[in-house]
Amino acid sequence: MTSLSNAPTGQPAVTDVHAKVYGDVDHLQAPPVRAEIPAAKQLAWLRDMLLIREFEVRCMQAYQEKKIGGFCHVYIGQEAVAVGCTAAVRHEDPIVTAYRDHGHALARGMDPRHCMAEMFGRIGGCAKGKGGSMHMFDRANNLYGGHGIVGAQTPLGAGLAFACKYMDEVIDGGRNTRVALCFLGDGALNQGAFHEAMNLAGLFDIPVIYVVENNGYSMGTAIARGTTMAHSLVTKAAGYGIDGYVVDGMDVLGVYADMKRIADKCRETSRPAFVDMRTYRFKGHSMSDPRKYRTKEEEDVFEADDPIGRLERQMKASGALTDESFKAMQKSVREQVRECVAWSDASPVPGPEELLTDVFVEPWGPYPGSTQPEMNGGTPNMPGTKTIDVKEDLL
Amino acid sequence: MTAVREIEFRDALREAMSEEMRRDKRVFLLGEEVAQYNGAYKVSRGMLDEFGPRRIIDTPISESGFAGLAIGAAMMGLKPVVEFMSWSFSLVAADPILNNAPKMLYMSGGQFGCPVVFRGNDGAGGQLGSTHSWCVEGLYSNVPGVKIAIPSNPYDAKGLLKSSIRGDDPVFFLESERMLGNKGHVPEEEYVIPFGQAKVLREGTDCTVASWGRPVHFCMDAAEELAKQGISCEVIDLRTVRPLDIGTVVRSVRKTSTCVVVDQSWSFGSPGSELASQVHRHCFDDLDNYVHRVHTADVPTPYATNLEQDYLPNARRIAEAIRSATYNL
Ligand SMILES: Cc1ncc(C[n+]2csc(CCOP(=O)(O)OP(=O)(O)O)c2C)c(N)n1
Ligand SMILES: [Mg+2]
Repeated sequence: MTSLSNAPTGQPAVTDVHAKVYGDVDHLQAPPVRAEIPAAKQLAWLRDMLLIREFEVRCMQAYQEKKIGGFCHVYIGQEAVAVGCTAAVRHEDPIVTAYRDHGHALARGMDPRHCMAEMFGRIGGCAKGKGGSMHMFDRANNLYGGHGIVGAQTPLGAGLAFACKYMDEVIDGGRNTRVALCFLGDGALNQGAFHEAMNLAGLFDIPVIYVVENNGYSMGTAIARGTTMAHSLVTKAAGYGIDGYVVDGMDVLGVYADMKRIADKCRETSRPAFVDMRTYRFKGHSMSDPRKYRTKEEEDVFEADDPIGRLERQMKASGALTDESFKAMQKSVREQVRECVAWSDASPVPGPEELLTDVFVEPWGPYPGSTQPEMNGGTPNMPGTKTIDVKEDLL
Repeated sequence: MTAVREIEFRDALREAMSEEMRRDKRVFLLGEEVAQYNGAYKVSRGMLDEFGPRRIIDTPISESGFAGLAIGAAMMGLKPVVEFMSWSFSLVAADPILNNAPKMLYMSGGQFGCPVVFRGNDGAGGQLGSTHSWCVEGLYSNVPGVKIAIPSNPYDAKGLLKSSIRGDDPVFFLESERMLGNKGHVPEEEYVIPFGQAKVLREGTDCTVASWGRPVHFCMDAAEELAKQGISCEVIDLRTVRPLDIGTVVRSVRKTSTCVVVDQSWSFGSPGSELASQVHRHCFDDLDNYVHRVHTADVPTPYATNLEQDYLPNARRIAEAIRSATYNL
């Protein structure tokens, strides 16, 4: 096991609450080893995290108002993971994640209006209202979904990376240049699909990075109640010949620095990697979770270690941020999200014809084919779409 | 005079894959034993030699893993062909193949298609017992967003597999281990067969017999037998069940006024029940009798050979159904 992480300035003391949640805390006490990160980048990440936080707060509100239906899982507390990880890879590197996906979508660059409208079930949504909260897709930003079945995205992640390598090496005859990021919850570690995907990735030298967002719980199950070797998840990776790392997911600068090195190595060696990303979700699992399985004291300890607050403190200490500039940033984020809610409210519901589109690329029977969502320009899908000659349409 | 070229069903499948792999580098094959072992049923024999291990890929016994991997690759624009040693083993990959592939385009609002072909052996008849004798079309045809081909002969197998690989949507391609050695005419020249086009195999005037896959042969046997007794059957091979070429069946039933549907999956909520229901709807005023259906018996697949033969929609049971439908009992 390699620990790349480091204790940043302004970090609260590591407590036995941390030890209880993760089973070990060694990584949180490792000394800092970090190159200087330009202030402009730090400012951008601070704003990204604030945007996700504010967006999720408004989602919870909209859910209460019944504008959002179904399941809705907010990312509050984990913002540093999506923001730090996406910053550490290139835009052309594909990303795939689970159902707690709003943060990844925004960090990847999806316009929050399209994300919010999707949850409102409007035509302006990233999937024209057909996917919902758990299924955020953004082709232009190389986000290959939000996936609602625990673990389902893990073999897909291997496939994304496989395809990158195949295109570069088998089709173009060059050398692979991309890596795939596949996020999963700690609960997904217990799905067969994940283990099959890890074995395949190790076996086939697939440049995929599995980032376990270890928030200590899958719904109400504390990690050690559902997962063996919870205190040392990297041993699972070792079993597949894959390098494992433990990273402090509450520190965006550390996440970026560590993930950058991991991604660079993955790109260079074309070998998979596994990251035990220690984080915490501040809210319930979904909108209907009374959180009886953990104590208020525990939550307080982690909330005092808020990833936004931590970066704010770090940046103020280094002079990169002032009280005024931070307030101005908060204000602009609030305005942006308010505008995004209004935009989503104004977006029409999908027309009845949308029920039958996007079932097949090629039209047949009652299915007229497929169109792109507004965010991609609303153009018809896949040039050269053919029509299958069904002799008589009686379906 | 050029001799009519006859090849085995398995060779037709391999020709389809190899030809498509030659014309499109995005196409690759993966599955258990497909490469070094030359395929558990020798469908991919020789392909490793021609295309190498980057395109003919042996996988561990990880259906869920490699099915999902293929779907991820397809979302990126590659065109994987996944061989399931048996469709029975696809059940452990149910989530990727039913929950990801057919829904990706819809859930992404048209952003991500999933051009992947899953193929392998389907159906009973080999005394493999209940766990290994699935006719998955009974379950899987319920799911929108996927195309399903069930060819009955080498010619159709090759043409349909080629259009499956060229298409942009996920395809379940159901073969039968019992038919892989069957020989049939397959021309040298290139051809593809579009989905959703049934073929009338035998013209007749008294009863329309509609089927797909292996039972088509049993229908032809039954028609042959009944012809001797003066009952004229029109046998239709649907070739794909999604899309289902209802038009060809309806035109035939308007002529014959009776119809027997033969489907090797279980009867409850099956492609056969769907076809019968559609015929009832479109031919309500043309039918002289209700649409008869012949399925596998509504029990888990038995092992004993006699029981298994009775379980299948065999020629005897089909002939009985035709006699009943045409009031020739
Ligand atoms: C295969 C499957 N089983 C069960 C569920 C129901 N479920 C949804 S989320 C969840 C907990 C997953 O926890 P974790 O992977 O740790 O992710 P987190 O919610 O903490 O982000 C469960 C059991 C599901 N979606 N898929
Ligand atoms: Mg969790």
